Amino acid sequence: MPMKVGRFQQFLDTGNALCFCSKMNFSEVFKQSNQLCRISPDGKYLATCVQYRLVVRDLKTLQILHLYTCLDQIVYMEWSSDSLFVLCAMYKRGLVQVWSLEQPDWYCKIDEGSIGLVSSRWSPDGRHILNTTEFHLRVTVWSLCTKAVSYIKYPKACQKGTDFSRDGCYMALAERRDCKDYVSVFVCDDWHLLRHFETETQDLAGVEWSPNSCVLAVWDSCLEYKVLLYSLDGRLLSSYSAYEWSLGIKALAWSPSSQFLAIGSYDEKVRILNHITWKKLRELEHPATINNTTAVVYKEVERRPGVGSDNLSIQQHVSVGSTLFKTHSKYVVCSLPVQLPVSKPDLDRANPKIGVSSMAFSSDNRYLATKNDSMASVVWVWDMQRLGLLAVLEQTSAVRCFQWDPCRPRLALCTGNAKLYLWSPAGCVSVTVPAEAGFQVQSVSWHCSGDSLILVGKDQLCLCYMEED
Amino acid sequence: MGDSWTTATVEPSIDNHEISSISRLIMSPSRHFNGPSTTHSSTMQLPKSSYNMLSAFCTEDNIPQCVLYINQEMDSLGFSSACIEASSLEKSVGLNTVAALNIMYELLQMHHRTQRRLEEQETEQLKNSSALEHLQSNNSRLKDQLELCKREKSGLHEVERQLQLKIKTLQNCLKTEKDEVQKLQSVIASRASQYSHDAKRKERESTKLKERLNQLLVDKKDKKLAIDVLNYLGRADGKRSQWKTGKLEARHEGEMYKSLLGDYEARQRALMLENSELKKVLQQMKKDMVSILSPSPRKPRSGSRADRVEDSLELAGSDREEEVGDCSREGLDHSCDHTRDQTCEHAREQLTNSIRQQWRRLKSHMERLDSQASLVTQRQHCAGNELVSRQIHEEEMERMRMEVQQCRDFIQTQQQLLQQQLSSAYCDEDTAALLNDCYSLEERERLKEEWRLFGEQRKNFERERKSFTEAAIRLGHEKKAFEEERASWLKNQFLNMTPFVDRKRHTTLETPRALSISSEPDMRIASTPAALTKSRTYAAFSTPKAALVPGIPSTADLYRTLCLIPDSSSSSRGSSKPGSGQEYSTFHNREDTTVRSKHRHGGGDGCSIFSLGSEENSLT
Repeated sequence: MPMKVGRFQQFLDTGNALCFCSKMNFSEVFKQSNQLCRISPDGKYLATCVQYRLVVRDLKTLQILHLYTCLDQIVYMEWSSDSLFVLCAMYKRGLVQVWSLEQPDWYCKIDEGSIGLVSSRWSPDGRHILNTTEFHLRVTVWSLCTKAVSYIKYPKACQKGTDFSRDGCYMALAERRDCKDYVSVFVCDDWHLLRHFETETQDLAGVEWSPNSCVLAVWDSCLEYKVLLYSLDGRLLSSYSAYEWSLGIKALAWSPSSQFLAIGSYDEKVRILNHITWKKLRELEHPATINNTTAVVYKEVERRPGVGSDNLSIQQHVSVGSTLFKTHSKYVVCSLPVQLPVSKPDLDRANPKIGVSSMAFSSDNRYLATKNDSMASVVWVWDMQRLGLLAVLEQTSAVRCFQWDPCRPRLALCTGNAKLYLWSPAGCVSVTVPAEAGFQVQSVSWHCSGDSLILVGKDQLCLCYMEED
Repeated sequence: MGDSWTTATVEPSIDNHEISSISRLIMSPSRHFNGPSTTHSSTMQLPKSSYNMLSAFCTEDNIPQCVLYINQEMDSLGFSSACIEASSLEKSVGLNTVAALNIMYELLQMHHRTQRRLEEQETEQLKNSSALEHLQSNNSRLKDQLELCKREKSGLHEVERQLQLKIKTLQNCLKTEKDEVQKLQSVIASRASQYSHDAKRKERESTKLKERLNQLLVDKKDKKLAIDVLNYLGRADGKRSQWKTGKLEARHEGEMYKSLLGDYEARQRALMLENSELKKVLQQMKKDMVSILSPSPRKPRSGSRADRVEDSLELAGSDREEEVGDCSREGLDHSCDHTRDQTCEHAREQLTNSIRQQWRRLKSHMERLDSQASLVTQRQHCAGNELVSRQIHEEEMERMRMEVQQCRDFIQTQQQLLQQQLSSAYCDEDTAALLNDCYSLEERERLKEEWRLFGEQRKNFERERKSFTEAAIRLGHEKKAFEEERASWLKNQFLNMTPFVDRKRHTTLETPRALSISSEPDMRIASTPAALTKSRTYAAFSTPKAALVPGIPSTADLYRTLCLIPDSSSSSRGSSKPGSGQEYSTFHNREDTTVRSKHRHGGGDGCSIFSLGSEENSLT
């Protein structure tokens, strides 16, 4: 059934020289549930889940190509790497259903039975499914090519227990045996155990491959600040610990070039390690008062429509009829020093809301975006060339999600309202999504080409197209 | 009555009188304090003022005795007893009146003195008593203070004691607290170990449970555990799956190592690239440094003076440095060759060493330049006034010339236009007539007016030019005067010159140059404006170089006029052949001796020669 594609257009001020697109188009909103909407890896399709139905759309026309019905409400959905299959998991029933795009009547149903299911995912080749059973009893590897079923015992329940290398060749799996942490490296091709080694951790919290698939970063739980770097063949390359006796690592991120390893911790700092000596290059602090003269502080200011435009505005948008009565916001460059809003966390409780929890490198390795949990409404952008603060975005509400454009140095973020925010080295822009009231952007994700964005709301989604001149 | 009392005792009465008189005289304001004795004395009559016949000391009868007595008394008091003589022979009293009166007077004087002294002593006593009183009060105050202090001290002692007590208790507390802490720490440690032990136990249990669960699930043959696929898919790469064999394992290993190797290679390449870049930069830097630092013996002789100064400064250490530089340069080339293909340890070391060396040299060079620059600026400051004025003068001249040129051009175009008009008038009479009609009379008038104006302007310019030429002439005159002055200065200089004046230079190598250096300070001042402007560009490093203007006599000329140096020397002055250097040195010696001899023979002769030289200069 062909769908009418209604597009609202949002024209941006053309008086500026920002390198944003000159025009942003927004699609109609679509229903979704559980925030399940994914663009296929090849960028052609958009899959969304609505209750127990899986809807696959052509991304260009937004017309529905296929409609699949699952046995229960879908909890998790994932595209296979070749964009031919979609996996739908229903954890409560221990069920996984796989659908094919090429053969709509092909089906596959995997039942984990009474053992239960907590997580399901594709292997990088798109022909195997890895199911983690309840209590982390084992990982079941189901092959769609053969009847073979493999079990991997003793997987560790932790922050990030498994990670596939970027090239899809290897899988690292954290294990716990005899109260000791181990890492197993599997060859994804035939699930051959390549290496198995004990790690020097108290309580391993996660493993992550470097983008060049040669170094595995292993970090300890927050009770101890410890990062171990292992070579692919299991040799310990280096270990790093910044301090002791205090809550440690909160997040870890590799730069796309594998050159930097950013470690965010509870002490509200990000430490950048280099890939040659694995020593610290710089500590990036997140102070509440910014008096760094090289940094630009953008503050989001809300205003009612009809208020005369301010000279200080970086970017403002022209509203169309439907958004006339919404609050508008714009960015204002603050003169230094700037005091940022800080929420004092309760340090006596577990997992205090403090420290750097999310970090992301831009695709060109030039910028690093971070967020400190005690300043939830602030996103920090760092210049990796001079390892210094470049920009600070102070939003009016807490930042939910930020993601870099996969092709350009452009950061999209959302704060749970009807606006989309974009940052680029040239400046900042705030755009109101022209959907009906109630649409609040909870998360954003870029299309692989970087020219469109999915804005995911509570039970709706909307596409945003960037048009370059 | 008191009379009877006084008669009864003569001596004490006197005493008494004295005391009473004292008390009356001094203590009169406080008489009532003295009680009955003073009241008594106040009623008493003074024996001095009234002579009482009834109880007199001396009567008609006892005059000699009295006299005797008086004499004795006087003697005892130290007066001459001859004052009163008793003429016992005549049985009559012969009183030496003058002596007695003198004695009386002296007695009175004495009396006055004693009175005064008494007064003084009384005041003194009063003072002392008041002082005493003051001291006593002071004393009592101090005593009070002492008492207070004592009390305070005791209080403080008490407080101290209490505090010490407190400290002791606190120390005890601390000790107990410390013990507690230690205990707690041990408790914590034990708890931690207990916890970890428990955790381990629990974990083991859980793993056991998991095992068991697994076993149960496997045993139960969970029917639901199944995969239901319509038809199996082909592999993503289109290949068929392979059997697990040792060969496959080896292949995996090989692939892993291959990817690792690839990564390392890529990294090494990147590092190599970076290294070579850095090396290139280093080498470039070194080259630059070498080129900056290397002394420039190949520079033409017309180089600025600073070069020469530098040369002379460097000359001493140049041999050593030259060697070092050469070796370092060699090292550089060497390392250059090496780094093309490999990073030889030796070459690297050499490179860094040489860089370090060059850096040191650069640093010292910079320091030297700094000092030189300060020197030069100082000198410039001295010669600044003239320089500035000339500079301005030059600029002004240039500007004027430009203006004149512009005006000329303007006039020319005007003339051309006029001519054109005329010619057009000739060639086409009709149009000319028309034009003439068109051109009103006032137009012509205007043109005329303009013409007149131009004429005036031209005149003005002529006048200005004249004034400038006059100024130039004046300058020429000034220059001449200055040259004369300089010549005289040179003369003086020459006269003062001794053969042993060392110019801090190897005279054996380049005598003419040494000489020219010696003559430079004055040349700098006398140099022409052109030379000055040129020299200003070198200001940072050099002083103006002597320009050989025909009007200015050089030292060599001077020598020539003195017939000290043959003409050939001046012509070959610029070249510095090693052979000629030798020659010059001999000349130099000779000239020195002649100069010395001239100097010895007398100033008059030398003077005439010099004046002759200066005349010649002025003529040229």
